Order: sequence, then C-alpha cells, then structure tokens
Amino acid sequence: MDTASGTKIAAGVSAALSGTSAITLIINGRPVNLDVAPWTTLLDALREYVGLTGTKKGCDHGQCGACTVLVDGRRINSCLTLAIMKDGATLTTIEGLAENGALHPLQQAFIDHDAFQCGYCTPGQICSAVGMLSEGRARTPDDIRELMSGNICRCGAYVNIVAAIQQVMKAAEGSVTP
Amino acid sequence: MNSFSYTRASNVASAVRAVTADRDAVFIAGGTNLIDLMKENVARPPHLVDITRLPLNRIEELPNGGLRLGALVTNADTAYNAAVERRYPILSRAILAGASPQLRNMATNGGNLLQRTRCYYFYDTATPCNKRDPGAGCSAINGFNRIHAILGTSDQCIAVHPSDMCVALAALEAVVHVTGTNGDRTIPLAEFHRLPGDTPHIDTNLRTDEIITSIDLPPKGFADHYAYLKLRDRTSYAFALVSVAAALEMHGDTITETRLALGGVAHKPWRNLDAEGMLNGIRATKDHFEAVGETIIRSAHGFGHNTFKIELARRAVVRALQQAARVGRKS
Repeated sequence: MDTASGTKIAAGVSAALSGTSAITLIINGRPVNLDVAPWTTLLDALREYVGLTGTKKGCDHGQCGACTVLVDGRRINSCLTLAIMKDGATLTTIEGLAENGALHPLQQAFIDHDAFQCGYCTPGQICSAVGMLSEGRARTPDDIRELMSGNICRCGAYVNIVAAIQQVMKAAEGSVTP
Repeated sequence: MNSFSYTRASNVASAVRAVTADRDAVFIAGGTNLIDLMKENVARPPHLVDITRLPLNRIEELPNGGLRLGALVTNADTAYNAAVERRYPILSRAILAGASPQLRNMATNGGNLLQRTRCYYFYDTATPCNKRDPGAGCSAINGFNRIHAILGTSDQCIAVHPSDMCVALAALEAVVHVTGTNGDRTIPLAEFHRLPGDTPHIDTNLRTDEIITSIDLPPKGFADHYAYLKLRDRTSYAFALVSVAAALEMHGDTITETRLALGGVAHKPWRNLDAEGMLNGIRATKDHFEAVGETIIRSAHGFGHNTFKIELARRAVVRALQQAARVGRKS
C-alpha cells in the first residue's frame, strides 16, 4: 500500500511518505518485499514482518548489540536503523550464516567453546564477530575484546566468546585450532 | 517512537530546500543519536529528510595538502582511511576511542559534530531541562552531575558535548564547510559548537537551513607527536569523563607548537590558547606540562559529584603531553 501524501514535492526530494510504503530488502540471499511505515526500525521489520526472530531486541537503544546484523556486509545496530532508509540493501542475519546445512565456523566455534549461557546475546555476538573478521583489524585477544565491545553479555561469557573467535581466526590463518 | 513523515533527498540543494520549506523538518543520516532521542521522546520531529544518498561520502585530497572528509563518510571509514591513519593519527585514535564498531559503521562525520549531550536529565523527559525545554530549569546543577562540565558552564546548563572525534578536530583546527539558503560558508571547528550561556537549547552555530558538506583538515597533522588520552569508567564503549587531544611540533627536545583540546569537560571541545602558548620554545619536561595543566583548570568549577574532574583534567593534560612528546621520538 503506497500512501504517498505528496504534500511538498520538490525537485530532488521524494514525495513525503507518512503511511506505509513498499521497500525491498535482500535478506539472506532472497529478495523480500515489505510495506513499512517510516518509523519501523529494521529490527522490528525483521522480527515482526519477516518473521526472522533470531535477531534480538535487547536495549533497543544501540547499547547492547543484541540486534546486530550485517547490512551490505557491515555490522550495524538494526534497532537504530529505519527500514525505509535501507530500501534495496543486502542483509545477513543469524539465520543466513549457515550454508547447505553446515554451521558457519563462528556458530560452530561458539558451540565448541560454550560461548554463551542464556544465548540471548549470541546472534548479535556472532553477527558482530562475522563483521569484525571481515574488517580485518583484530590481531590479538585485546583487539577482539575492544572490537567486540559493542556486544554486551550479561551472563558474562566473554572469556569463551574471545576463545571462540580466536579459534576461527586461527583456522583462517591455516594454523592448528586449539 | 512518534509517527513522522519521510522524504529522501537526492542532491544538496534539494535537501536545503526541504528543511527551508518546513522549519520542523530534520535531516537524518546515520541516525544513531536522532533515532535514540526519538525513542526517548526527547526529539519529536514531524518530518525527516533522509540525506544518506547525497554525494558527500568521499575523502579527498585538498590542493593545499589537507584532506577533505565528506560529511556522510562514516566514522569507521574515516578512522580506517589510510591517509587519515598516516597523516592524522590523532583523529583516527579519537574516533576509535568512541562508541562501538557497529555505531561507528553507521554514524557519519557530520552527525558526530551534531550529536547531542548525554546529560541524564536531558534524556529524562520527567525532569526539567533548559536544553530540552528552555526556561524549565536545570536539574543537573543541584542533581547527580558526575559526568557534567567544569569549564564554560552557565547557571542554565552544565551539559558536556560527548564527542571524541570533535576533540581531535579541535586540536587539528579543522574547518567545517556548510551550505544553506544563503550559499556556502566555512566555520572553524572552535566556533562550531557553543557554550550554553542563556541559550543552552542551541548546541551549535549551524543555522537551521544549513547542511554540513565536509570537514576539511589543514595540512599539518602532527603525526610525529600526538596523543589522545581518554579517561572513563570502563576502558571501552563509554563516554569520556575527561579526554585530552595533545599534538606537538618538536625540534629535538624543544616544543615549537602546541595544540591541546579537552573533551568531557565543557559544552564544546575546550581549548585554552594561553596555556598552549606557554610551551612554545620550551623543553618538553613534566614541570612545564604541570604548569600548563594548572593554567587550564584555573577557571574550572565543580558542582559536587563532578569536582573530581578538575584534578583529573589537570593530570590528564600532563600525561597526554608526556605521551605526545614521546610518540615518534627516535631514541
């Protein structure tokens, strides 16, 4: 349902949208058409409209990282993102990391190292770690701790989270995993 | 979040026209601060103009040897830009000291300048705040003010500007380029943010019909002697209690130029040119740095919970200057 009110249409500015408008997101490799209001966050669109509830709502203010997803390959807080602003973007959520039934190496590493207790922060932790590894800035455990600081774990599984990420980094370097 | 209408601008001129035609319209780019404030009911814009698709997303060399940072380049792309890392490492360090990687991937350079204070009372709509509601009163002055300002305060507002990036930009003497209804103009970073005075609801000297297009860095990057020292309650992902950007030009042990900017202590990145001038032609010793620290805090005033910041700022200045004097020294 496109309800462009079109109160002030000037050259170079789209019509003012106040109702819902149609957007397309490429989510985990599949194009998804959605009708969203301007104030619908990407997090709410994923959970409530697309039914992908793996991405979690923690603080809803960009402080905890539970809502972390990859947009065009980069990790962001989906709670502070308006879905309408990401029309046409490519998203990867926790549901899109496994390939052909095989867990993503980070998913497997989190299991291997028991890198969670309640698991609520885990989808955000893993998506954030995927983003961090592709940024290529982490070298040491201290780097991992600093560059994963946007993801809070209230169970305190940090030690095992760092170990899980290190396992994947070492495997990528071709050395023996612990 | 309250409902609002939304448009997307495709060029700078149309973006300016959109906020000129509707005085209540607000630009949105990274959204990391604005959407949070909208969820808290502190910001209630009836109309958002999406500027994320404007062509302001490049970092370019300037003919004078400086570097132009597009207003829409993300904080992460700026901090990790090879030219910024090599020629302006103090800026890279300051950006990476702030927020989280996810937020830095979203937040833009222009938005970083325009972020609002993190004063608890500004965020809490149940309490009076002159910045949010002019004339209502300040809850922080006699309230819980541990994170608040010690320099440049007024009897109306003791909020601090929360940015790390802006502290480094102040030390580098960056220049903000803006465009508005009356055309282009430039604003030196030192004049971009305001002190609260009796109009604490106005954070900056950017006019309501203007948009930031770039932040230009002068050629001098102080890559040999610099430090960004950030002191906070935890060592990552927290706002500064006190931060110091220190940049030196040195000839041997002698300082030939000093830039110092403090964060977490005032409504804007704090500079004291008299204090900076004290070090010119002077040997880089702790005694001389102590004198600079004393000068900077001479006009500081605490409000109870934040009084510790006065001594913390003095010591932070000394330590940052010591670090800056050491960095790059061939021993």
